[in-house]
Amino acid sequence: MNAPSDVIVIGAGVIGSAIAFFASQQGLSVTVLERGLPASGTSSACEGNILVSDKELGAELELTKFSLDTWRGDLAEHAGHWEFESKGGIIVASKESSLASLDRLTRAQGEYGIDVERVDIPRLREFEPHISPDALGAAWYPDDCQVQPMLVAGHLLNLARKNGAKVQVNTRVTGFVRHGETVTGVTTDRGEFHAPAVVNAAGSWSEHIAALAGVNVPVKPRKGFVMVTEPLPPMVHHKVYAAEYVDNVGSSDAGLQSSPVVEGTPAGSILIGSSRERVGFDRSVNTEALRQMATNAIALFPFLEKTRIIRHYHGFRPYCPDHLPVIGHDPRAPGLWHASGYEGAGIGLSAGTGKLMGQALAGLATDMSLAPFAPERFGEFTPNTMISQESAA
Amino acid sequence: MSKESTSPFDVAVIGAGPAGLAAAVAAAERGARVVVLDAATQPGGQFWRHRPESVEPDPEGHGHHGWKTYLDLRSRFDAAISTGVLHYLPNTQVWMIEREDAGRFVLRLTPATGTTIEVPTVRADKLVSCAGGYDRQLPLPGWELPGVMAAGGIQAFIKANGTLPGKRFVVAGTGPFLLPVAANIAAAGGKVVAVCESSSLTNWLPHMGAASGVPGKALEGAEYAAIFAKHRIRYRTRTVVTKVVGDSSATAVQIAKVDASGAIIPGSERLLEDVDIVGFGWGFTPQIELAVSLGAETRIDADGSLVCVADEKQSSTVPGLFLAGEVTGVGGAVLAVAEGYVAGASAANGEQPKTSTARQIQRHRRFASAMHQAHPVPEKWDELLTDDTLICRCEEVSHAQVTEARDVLGATDARTMKSFTRTGMGWCQGKVCGYAVSCLSAKGTTDENAQHASLTSVAKRPVATPLTLGEISTLDSREPHNL
Repeated sequence: MNAPSDVIVIGAGVIGSAIAFFASQQGLSVTVLERGLPASGTSSACEGNILVSDKELGAELELTKFSLDTWRGDLAEHAGHWEFESKGGIIVASKESSLASLDRLTRAQGEYGIDVERVDIPRLREFEPHISPDALGAAWYPDDCQVQPMLVAGHLLNLARKNGAKVQVNTRVTGFVRHGETVTGVTTDRGEFHAPAVVNAAGSWSEHIAALAGVNVPVKPRKGFVMVTEPLPPMVHHKVYAAEYVDNVGSSDAGLQSSPVVEGTPAGSILIGSSRERVGFDRSVNTEALRQMATNAIALFPFLEKTRIIRHYHGFRPYCPDHLPVIGHDPRAPGLWHASGYEGAGIGLSAGTGKLMGQALAGLATDMSLAPFAPERFGEFTPNTMISQESAA
Repeated sequence: MSKESTSPFDVAVIGAGPAGLAAAVAAAERGARVVVLDAATQPGGQFWRHRPESVEPDPEGHGHHGWKTYLDLRSRFDAAISTGVLHYLPNTQVWMIEREDAGRFVLRLTPATGTTIEVPTVRADKLVSCAGGYDRQLPLPGWELPGVMAAGGIQAFIKANGTLPGKRFVVAGTGPFLLPVAANIAAAGGKVVAVCESSSLTNWLPHMGAASGVPGKALEGAEYAAIFAKHRIRYRTRTVVTKVVGDSSATAVQIAKVDASGAIIPGSERLLEDVDIVGFGWGFTPQIELAVSLGAETRIDADGSLVCVADEKQSSTVPGLFLAGEVTGVGGAVLAVAEGYVAGASAANGEQPKTSTARQIQRHRRFASAMHQAHPVPEKWDELLTDDTLICRCEEVSHAQVTEARDVLGATDARTMKSFTRTGMGWCQGKVCGYAVSCLSAKGTTDENAQHASLTSVAKRPVATPLTLGEISTLDSREPHNL
């Protein structure tokens, strides 16, 4: 049998890695179980955003602010490991209707204390000289940041390891060990692991893990593509996206949605997003998604028409139907905890989540309340909420 | 041809090299309506690459092997074009393949680099991929210097231009392919300072049975021996280039003797000065990304390359997808032509190969396998890497970065290595460094499937060739159909 620990974390993506790090900082012994290799799921198939700009008011924005402070505070000394960059974000409106939405959003965010500034077209051209002549207005978010998410996971795991954590890769969780109702460990294809606290940080696959414990956590995969261009001299200097993006982030539509997100990278490639569709874990290429993304990106930056892409990738965002993550202890299965359902915000929210979960797992009061993210809000299984086929992949 | 979709073809053939020409001819002569897509301007592939026909016709095919075979295939190919059963699309690359409801293949095309032709979307019921391969490269100190080329790159340069990329050459690596490269350099007037072969020719002794089944290869060997003698080319076995030396471009190479494992024999190093071009060839990497994207099953061949599984009818594990040539295992042009005929006939009407053809293919495969075992990539090839040797030249990732990502961050496969260090993320998308990155990553794990998984991740290129966002934005709007 494997040596028992204080905490088992299922999943070595950014969320699991951050929890492992902060829990180990609290002096807890941690075992991370990963079915593949570190950051092999959604963490390696995203853009590494830490965004305040796309958040509506509410608990998620609170967590965003807390997380940003954690990135810049607790984790500041390691920022170089994962290429933390305060590049700033710009939302561009090119239609009268989206300009009105942008007005509403920035006013509300500004009142809430978010650092946001409306910029006129000449100023926008200073920020982004190659922006479309159709742009009508824009907003500037100096607090939008970027990290290299795989390096976040890799280095947080390594830091956790230095604190004594164990990381067991290529190990698939197959079930839970129970003492009565209480979760006391997991079974895996490499034997049993025991701990009084087990954290489900399996991202888009966390519905499946929760179901193994008999609890309902309705996190579904929401697929997205990213296209990567050939390396170019700097042409896009910030993270630039269209006002429609904010609407798409907040929508629940299962069908294909796309809105342009364009950003330059230190390596010279430009990343082009975004698309959203709920098609389970279907990995096939959706030509229509690529077509819409290309069309939208060209509308935002016309020079892109002649730019070549060299690859594209896709990932599965862990989508939660009420657009709030699931964080904290699950009273329906005592001993089981969750940290999942961040949809497209998981990278940004990982640091704050890790810190709060580290406190909670150590039995300390958390710096902010986890109540809005409580797992039991989904209630018990009913026949038609039983684990969907999407989750079984 | 207009940009609109064409009406569906019976058979689409990717590639117009030895395998592709044979497949196209075999299918067309059985009455199938065939389309051939090829990146080059004229047929022949890498093996029969030749000077522009309209400018400098060379009906004798100087410097070519099997030219008579080419002329025969070419006349049948041209005949099929003239009768309208074969449609030939040169200067065209396939960047993605989808499948429609009925299983029909939808080939998304882009003009080959440097051309601006309009390309259609092609639909076909059967697909034969004869995409060939490219030189396998291994990193070493100094390999980023101008003057370092792939051996096949030198060969292609000479065949396409009739001139040389430099004056004084070293050709190094392993395998019989180094011989024609050196011979062509000499024939074009270049000085071959040395050919460095990492293996010992005694490696062939256990495989003489397989070799004797293909007598033509022995004749080729004798021919090269005569050419080497005539041009005083030094053929050094059990010898590797340990580094390329130069400031702004290659000016010398350091060579050393190695033992059977590829470990350098101390004290055997020596400098070969006054060298301006170094050509490396460590065998070939089959170009299988399109087949892999369709779900074709793969295996690791005797040379360590990831290749696609094909049955006796050259059918892949994907219904309707046939494969011929290097994509099923590197084996040379004669084997590629034989497989091409079988694949084209199977795709056209499900025909079984004749027993004699099947035997010929088996014989050549045995020979290829013997050749791979006699000329392996040395087990200890990575011993000559220093910390600052670049592993990925596109993204300038050093050996030290790769080692740290593997040993500290747990990047024990090529996919994770790519995520952590950017190896293979640049312009070539891992075509150059993929094999080396797979080997180096897998050294950190005891997982015996790691190398297969790594090479598979390297072979996944959802954009098989770069294309503009403008082209993507005008794709015909159609939801994909999954099988």
